[in-house]
Amino acid sequence: MLTAKNITKRFSGVTALNNVNLELYPGIVTAVIGENGAGKSTLMKIFSGVHTQYDGDIILGDEKVQFNSTKDAEAAGIAIIHQELNLVDHLSITENIFLGSELVDQFGFLRKEEMRKQTKKLLQRVKLNISPDTLIYKLKVGQQQLIEIAKALHTNAEVFIMDEPTSAITDKEVENLFDIIGELKSQGKTIAYISHKLNELFQIADRYVVLRDGMTVGEGKMEEISQDELVEKMSGRKIRIERSSGNASLADPMLQLSNISLINPDNRTGKLIDDVGFTLYKGEVIGIYGLMGAGRTELMETIFGLHPKFSSGQLAVDSKTVKFKSPANAIEAGIMLIPEDRKLQGLFLDLAIRSNISITILDSILRWGFVLNSKKEALVSRDYIKQLAIKTSTRETLARNLSGGNQQKVVLAKWLAKNPKVLLLDEPTRGIDVGAKSEIYRLIKELAAKGVGVIVVSSEIPEILAVANRVLVMCEGKISANLPIQEATESDMLRFAIHHNH
Amino acid sequence: MKTVNYAGYVKRFQSLIALLLLCIVLSLLTDKFLTTENSLNILRQTAVNICIATGMTVVVLTAGIDLSVGSILALCGAVAAGLLKNGISLQASDVFIGFTVFGAVVAGIIIGYLIGLFNGFVITKFKVPPFVATLAMLTIARGLTMLYTHGQPISNLGPSFDFIGTGSFWGLPVPVWIAAIVVLITVFLMQKTKFGRYVYAIGGNETAAKFSGINIPKVKILSYALAGAFAAIAGIIVTSRLDSAQPNAGTSYELDAIAAVVIGGTSLNGGRGTIWGTVIGAVIIGVLNNGLVLLNVSPFWQQVVKGSVILLAVIIDKLGHSKD
Repeated sequence: MLTAKNITKRFSGVTALNNVNLELYPGIVTAVIGENGAGKSTLMKIFSGVHTQYDGDIILGDEKVQFNSTKDAEAAGIAIIHQELNLVDHLSITENIFLGSELVDQFGFLRKEEMRKQTKKLLQRVKLNISPDTLIYKLKVGQQQLIEIAKALHTNAEVFIMDEPTSAITDKEVENLFDIIGELKSQGKTIAYISHKLNELFQIADRYVVLRDGMTVGEGKMEEISQDELVEKMSGRKIRIERSSGNASLADPMLQLSNISLINPDNRTGKLIDDVGFTLYKGEVIGIYGLMGAGRTELMETIFGLHPKFSSGQLAVDSKTVKFKSPANAIEAGIMLIPEDRKLQGLFLDLAIRSNISITILDSILRWGFVLNSKKEALVSRDYIKQLAIKTSTRETLARNLSGGNQQKVVLAKWLAKNPKVLLLDEPTRGIDVGAKSEIYRLIKELAAKGVGVIVVSSEIPEILAVANRVLVMCEGKISANLPIQEATESDMLRFAIHHNH
Repeated sequence: MKTVNYAGYVKRFQSLIALLLLCIVLSLLTDKFLTTENSLNILRQTAVNICIATGMTVVVLTAGIDLSVGSILALCGAVAAGLLKNGISLQASDVFIGFTVFGAVVAGIIIGYLIGLFNGFVITKFKVPPFVATLAMLTIARGLTMLYTHGQPISNLGPSFDFIGTGSFWGLPVPVWIAAIVVLITVFLMQKTKFGRYVYAIGGNETAAKFSGINIPKVKILSYALAGAFAAIAGIIVTSRLDSAQPNAGTSYELDAIAAVVIGGTSLNGGRGTIWGTVIGAVIIGVLNNGLVLLNVSPFWQQVVKGSVILLAVIIDKLGHSKD
């Protein structure tokens, strides 16, 4: 029904998809699986007309098609149910379902009753017993997810692509969803189902396709493969991994967490972090691995004092209990965070490199208590530009004009200047080139050698193995494994990241 | 090989270039424009807007806005005039406190500062959008002015008070000296202190500022307080020049201040802009007002021209930045 043939897609030098083949058949649910960054989302974005530049062919039915926009893909009968919800909060369910395709009479007025009636039928199909006039923001996330599905049903699509549709919904709603999928299947619709939850896949899927590093590495019938074999296929990597050497001395605890939990600030139900505890020692590098949504970023933010209202549990620095009400408190205690999104959270793009580096240490370069000493400021920034080999002609260059790797080094410099006791790094090398990557790894090790406690959160197993002395794996807000580096293997890490209840 | 980046210079000094072009055109069109007397006149008239717009720039750089400056101007001018003339008398306890010119002026400025603090407090503590919070203060402060003055002007304030608005010192009108001091202090604050750096940081990226441990409420509250104090200074100049505190003084002055900020190249999204740009913006508006009068353009057309200039300034700025 829908076929991808020899698809290759590059993003400025990075190959996201390399000669990928994927076939979807009517009346069959195909599971598309792979690690973070394996290329699943990129492929789905090509199917849905988000990415329009690629090599290779998309064949729908017997015809070669080229989607230039999401509208094209929709018109061709492809419906995507995204992981992130695309609903307008303050409109009703009916208005959302008919958004952009409103029914009107010959005078151009809305046919509200008719739309309402059709919506009611759709709601019955997804087994939601609520009024079509309900505003979206009043619904729970799981219900919103079902509205997304109702919206897709409304388009009368032939092909349904579901990207992690169960990531936010309850078991009861998952059952509903599976009933709907079964129904679609019996109607001969084509379904692709992307999920990290392997047990679900065995329940609902007929076929599987495994992607790894942008390539198709296996496909077949679900009944002919075991969970362990699937994990093996997802992780089996040809690249040799440089491993970090040995353990740190576990003498001085630097940061102790016990019973840390975080309630979801968005809907105030459900826990993003569930009873997490561990100790980080002086000079140790802990790597935290997990799949998207495992709660890793939230854990870092909680430690850094960004969720004082919704978190609970105890935190101790240097064996002294602390309570952070804001990042300022955490910084004062020597805990610093290099955030996940450097452009949004780490950098002042319109300020010079010099000002970005000095922003955290202005107090220490004051003359007469209130005048910034520009000479000292220049010296500090010059030192760090040199030490971290930030490539720039002058320290007055705006952060905006640097490459990703150099931007990340500026964020690093900003915190190094402040002499951290504990440095938290969230995806420190995302989107930066290999050279800068290895420099950042070297820096992390140097810091640890100087006695800084480091936590590195990463979606890339090789990265964790390269820098960490110890590996924690997170899954659904809990720590599912605590492995010394010698015992950490790729397939174990992935296994613990995928199913927690083993 | 050395290349000169002409385009870069033009962009950087575009408002200054616009001002010079405007002056050249006006001096060709009318003999009266390029005289010492007229130039001093323009500067005197612009001084008030420069004071207000300088404070406004700081607020806008934090990605905020202050609509209440016109009303703060009126209230603080009236309070200073009232204290000077009548002092405070508490009949119950038979106490009378008299004010010198200096005391009255300082009291007026402190009240402006406090109203600004209140604006900033409401905005940061209760997350009220700056537009709404200061719109409310625009009405409140105007009402307080009416209450304080009973809707009547407070006049005949004495020669030493009138010197502030009408006197001259070393050949320059006193209001120009005051505006210059206000500008220089603010330039110093913005370039040489933690406060200034944090203002740019917060306006440029508030999330990153939070992640850097900056005390965002403190910086924002101070910036509104500064805008309030500078509006009060403007209020004292206006009151002194007229020798009278008018209850409806400063009405819609916030618009001229915002116009000066925008023409001077400060982004309303915050983080980008300079005090000097605003000074040039204010002078452009002053020159335009003056030139249109000299050319006998009808007051109705003057407004059309002024509005068009603001629009043009923003469009040119946007075009310049979309190329990045």
